[in-house]
Amino acid sequence: MNAAPAPMLLLVSLLGLWVVIGFLGLLRPTSLKLVAHGLFPLGAAVGVAIATTAALSIASPVEQWVLGVGLPDLPVHLRRDALASVFLFLLGAASAGISLFGAGYFRRGEGTLPGLLCLQYHLFLASMGAVLLADDAYSFMVAWESMALTSYFLVTTQHRIPEIRQAGFLYVLIAHLGAIAILLSFGVMQGGSWQFTFDAMRAAELPPSWASAAFLLALLGFGAKAGLVPMHVWLPEAHPAAPSPVSALMSGVMLKTAVYGVLRVTFDLLDDPLWWWGLVAMALGLFSALYGVVFAAAQTDMKRLLAFSSIENVGLLFTGFGLALIFQSAGMNAPAALALIAVLYHAVNHAFMKGLLFVGTGAVLHATGQRNLGCLGGLIHRMPWVAWPTLIGALAIAGLPPLNGFVSEWLLLQAFLSAHEVPRLFLNMLLPLGTAVVALAAALAGYVMVKFFGVVFLGQPREAALKDAHDAGWRERAGMIWLAAGCVLFGLLPNQAISLLARVPVELGLLEPGATFGSWWLLDPVAGRQASYAPLVFLAIVLLCVVATIFVVTRIYRRRVRRGAPWDCGFARLDPRMQDTAEGFGQPIRHIFEPFFGMRRELPRPTDPAPHYRVEVSDRIWNGVYVPAAALVQHLALSVAQLQQGRISTYLVYSLVTLLVLLGFVL
Amino acid sequence: MSGFSWLIQVIEVLVALLAAPLFAGWIAQCRAVLQNRTPPSIWLPYRNIRKLLAKEAVLAEHASPLFRIAPYIVFGTMICAAAIVPSLSTNLPFSNAADAIALVGLLATARVFMALAAMDVGTAFGTLGARREMMVGFLAEPALLIVIFVASLISQSTALPTIADRLATEAFALYPSLAFTAVAFALVLLAENARLPVDNPATHLELTMIHEAMLLEYSARHLALMEWSAALKLFNYACIGMALFVPWGAATTEMPTAPALILAIPVLALKLLVSGAVLAVAETAFAKLRVFRVPELLATAFLLAVLGLLVHLLLQG
Amino acid sequence: MSTLPLDMQVLNAIAALFLLLAFAMLSQRRVVTLVKLLALQAALLCAATVLLAWRTGETHLYVSALLTLLLKVLFLPWLLNRLIRQLGVYWDSEPLLQIPGTMLVGLLLVIFSFGLAQPIVALASTATRSGIGIAIAVVLLSFLTMITRRKAMSQVVGFLSMENGLFFGAMSATYGMPMIVELGVALDVLVAMLVLGVFFFQIRERFDSLDLHHLESLREDQ
Repeated sequence: MNAAPAPMLLLVSLLGLWVVIGFLGLLRPTSLKLVAHGLFPLGAAVGVAIATTAALSIASPVEQWVLGVGLPDLPVHLRRDALASVFLFLLGAASAGISLFGAGYFRRGEGTLPGLLCLQYHLFLASMGAVLLADDAYSFMVAWESMALTSYFLVTTQHRIPEIRQAGFLYVLIAHLGAIAILLSFGVMQGGSWQFTFDAMRAAELPPSWASAAFLLALLGFGAKAGLVPMHVWLPEAHPAAPSPVSALMSGVMLKTAVYGVLRVTFDLLDDPLWWWGLVAMALGLFSALYGVVFAAAQTDMKRLLAFSSIENVGLLFTGFGLALIFQSAGMNAPAALALIAVLYHAVNHAFMKGLLFVGTGAVLHATGQRNLGCLGGLIHRMPWVAWPTLIGALAIAGLPPLNGFVSEWLLLQAFLSAHEVPRLFLNMLLPLGTAVVALAAALAGYVMVKFFGVVFLGQPREAALKDAHDAGWRERAGMIWLAAGCVLFGLLPNQAISLLARVPVELGLLEPGATFGSWWLLDPVAGRQASYAPLVFLAIVLLCVVATIFVVTRIYRRRVRRGAPWDCGFARLDPRMQDTAEGFGQPIRHIFEPFFGMRRELPRPTDPAPHYRVEVSDRIWNGVYVPAAALVQHLALSVAQLQQGRISTYLVYSLVTLLVLLGFVL
Repeated sequence: MSGFSWLIQVIEVLVALLAAPLFAGWIAQCRAVLQNRTPPSIWLPYRNIRKLLAKEAVLAEHASPLFRIAPYIVFGTMICAAAIVPSLSTNLPFSNAADAIALVGLLATARVFMALAAMDVGTAFGTLGARREMMVGFLAEPALLIVIFVASLISQSTALPTIADRLATEAFALYPSLAFTAVAFALVLLAENARLPVDNPATHLELTMIHEAMLLEYSARHLALMEWSAALKLFNYACIGMALFVPWGAATTEMPTAPALILAIPVLALKLLVSGAVLAVAETAFAKLRVFRVPELLATAFLLAVLGLLVHLLLQG
Repeated sequence: MSTLPLDMQVLNAIAALFLLLAFAMLSQRRVVTLVKLLALQAALLCAATVLLAWRTGETHLYVSALLTLLLKVLFLPWLLNRLIRQLGVYWDSEPLLQIPGTMLVGLLLVIFSFGLAQPIVALASTATRSGIGIAIAVVLLSFLTMITRRKAMSQVVGFLSMENGLFFGAMSATYGMPMIVELGVALDVLVAMLVLGVFFFQIRERFDSLDLHHLESLREDQ
């Protein structure tokens, strides 16, 4: 459908509008009113416009632009196709809700000036859009790096706190390691033509070993940005350190640009995948999914919990991606298309779900000043406008029907059901094992969400100060409702969403243009298998049953309700501290999955007069891989530092030796 | 999807609603006989529900609206689950809207809402019950999904009535993979429905409770609905087991007429009688497990289900 | 859906039960139950041999089934039970790896064996060739049982189970082994059991326990 005359023009100008809005913030850097009441809502409106344009132009033919700026022999190339449109839609729609929330969220006196924050925020958004539209290696890397830099400044908004500075440093370090890998991957993919446009890479014929090298480098680089284990160590530090709207944007949108990158490189730029590429991606994805959710269950900081949950969802995305690759390499195009659609759907879903959860924690943080789960509780009474949308987000991530998380999980499981037809030897048995791990991760996600919502919002307040918690303002409410509505709509109207998303496998050649997935209210993706899901009917019948029950019970048995004290088993001095803590709720997971954690315990002795109990849960990968690597780098740096003697004669000796060597070589 | 099939759908839901407490009463009777006690009346669950419905409800002082609405949501989801599970007939139009994976999702919704409501009151017992229930649930749910997967691979469908239909109407064949998954399913049934050896449904010791701890705060009509939901859940699980492993006798799509339906009722009653007796024997024969042995039991169920999947791929794939 | 004749389906069911028993032995801690499971496994082997003999008409399989019945279902379990009563070992101590971990490794071994068996199944010519994967799996699982046990009796049970698996594999692949080989193997197993019985008494006299980690103290101390 061609609604806009030139969607590319519209998109580029809207991205430019974001940049302008950012710079407008510099006019009055200390004015919070301008930024909060004017610029952020304007940015949200731009986001809605981008999302609409992208959605309406998904089926339009591919557009390519060459701008006049850029390097002398490599001007900036831009390209809008279905894959970019899907992710642009994700960027616009999710950022609209988050920007609206941010309009009410940012307060004075938190480190960076409001005007500067506005600049960094909108440049971040614009650079993510530029990453999605870039069509040559140079503009891609420029946009990628500006995305990393602006997000670094956003993460270290409260730069007076040392932990936040350290988190920012770790973040930018791993981001740059990933960027080097991506750059090398582009370098391999140009295949001898020394042309760095994506078109040249599409046309290049790479021998299998070089193609594999490019794939692995891209997986490493984009995986580092996405938070794939073992490159995930920056996520649990950076997300809690950043202000909540920024965490929402990073978790919801930035991780998806990394997924976009890996999809672009593998499905578009490289031809014929080898069978083991998908296996590597899927193995890493499954391990990340399990690792992330198990660690999330053991956390005591609510934003760290959500960060680990993001790692889990990124793992699920890479699992679906690996599955699609395996199917494509085996020539099974229809299951590959289904797996790809499941990945794209889950990416869109996660942007809304995780964005909603993070902004909810932002509201809680503002109202109570607490991030620690052990100091929260009972907030559903004081902050209902925050609690109920957050409940929708939590139920969606747990994968409960009829919300959106269930749809993408359903699609992924349907794709896995075709896995036993893969003709390769061990693969057709290992893939069903992947199903089991995905099911386990999904069930554990439910556990984590009950812990998160139950400890923060339900129960009794664990601290006396919590009774002064205030509810969210109208802008924050509007942002949260926008995101919750996204969760509900994507759960109830999957066919409409899939009809848009299906353009991507069509353009990649995996699907026939006219393929349908059932009717407008029934999702029926696999021909030859009786498997269907109709969320509207489902919701209608569930609501009917619930409402009928309420009606019948309250009509026939009209009784009032009396309030009394809760059951205390005869122990009259129950207090809020006796509720389950976050550590207690995570204890079964720590016990069952003990090999995953590096745990240090300090247990009291039986005769201790003041018993003291301490458990420290740490990441084995951090202790086993990163700390030794850092020590090695430190050691190498110190040994190289021996060269700096500080004496002029030594330096003159260096120059003499270099001169002698060069003369010897040349002559 | 004619009007007749919608009528069958409604009849099946009503039968489930009415027969579930009877099933629970029958199991209690069998247990009592095996344990050398005088058995209670088989109509006792009905009398309990009626008594509770008529009482005045007492809510904790700081219970939120979530706590009040949870029993209705749990009950509603159990009724919907009864609409998907084929007990009398496999001609259920609602299963086109919700397949077996959605059924697992429905059961998960009920579990999550029960756990959240238990955490809502903020006492030690409720949160303990919620934590244990989620611990049992997170291992039982994947095992159930894999069991359904195996059945789907055999019958090329994920809709439960279609699976039952195809297994019942095809020529009789021994499926070793289904045997493995039957054992796994039995363990999942015991765990999810709070039966021994996982949880004692008749216990009064708060520290050993899993399911009952989540119900401590409910009274009157809320408690009646929760008890009825628990009975419905057990009935649904029993019917799922029968649909997957003993599907003969239900009215299939080959013979959708009224006589087949009428014949299906005594067959269902017989199957429920036998399965209730077997469940009672299993409960009496095993002692209650320590809480942290339960994940081991469920891990065994999970691994058995995966083993069934692999055996299917080798021997029949 | 399955289109095999009924006796082939029964053979497949027996093969699946065989595998289940190997898993059950992996998770059992009571030695008496281990011996019962071993006897059951041998009984299944006997039943499968009889069924195969009936199907293919090879008479030497009937003799083989009789041999299995006498030796492995009746005599060896009786011998083992007598040893257990004399030595007083009824329980095994905690295995090296926890039970869920052991089961997970067992599952990976099963996947490996099934994957290994797939090309062999394509090449073999017997009717029961799909049992080859199960036989390899049972052998590897019994090996794992032997590795993760600490009491000598459980290790012997694992060894005998491995032997059952090998027999099953031979039956599936080539309709049994030549009679001489079968008789020879049966005699070897019998002698091995008698010798092992003597060894157990020696070990118990020396260390007052049948826990095998005591044997580690026999090495040279540096």
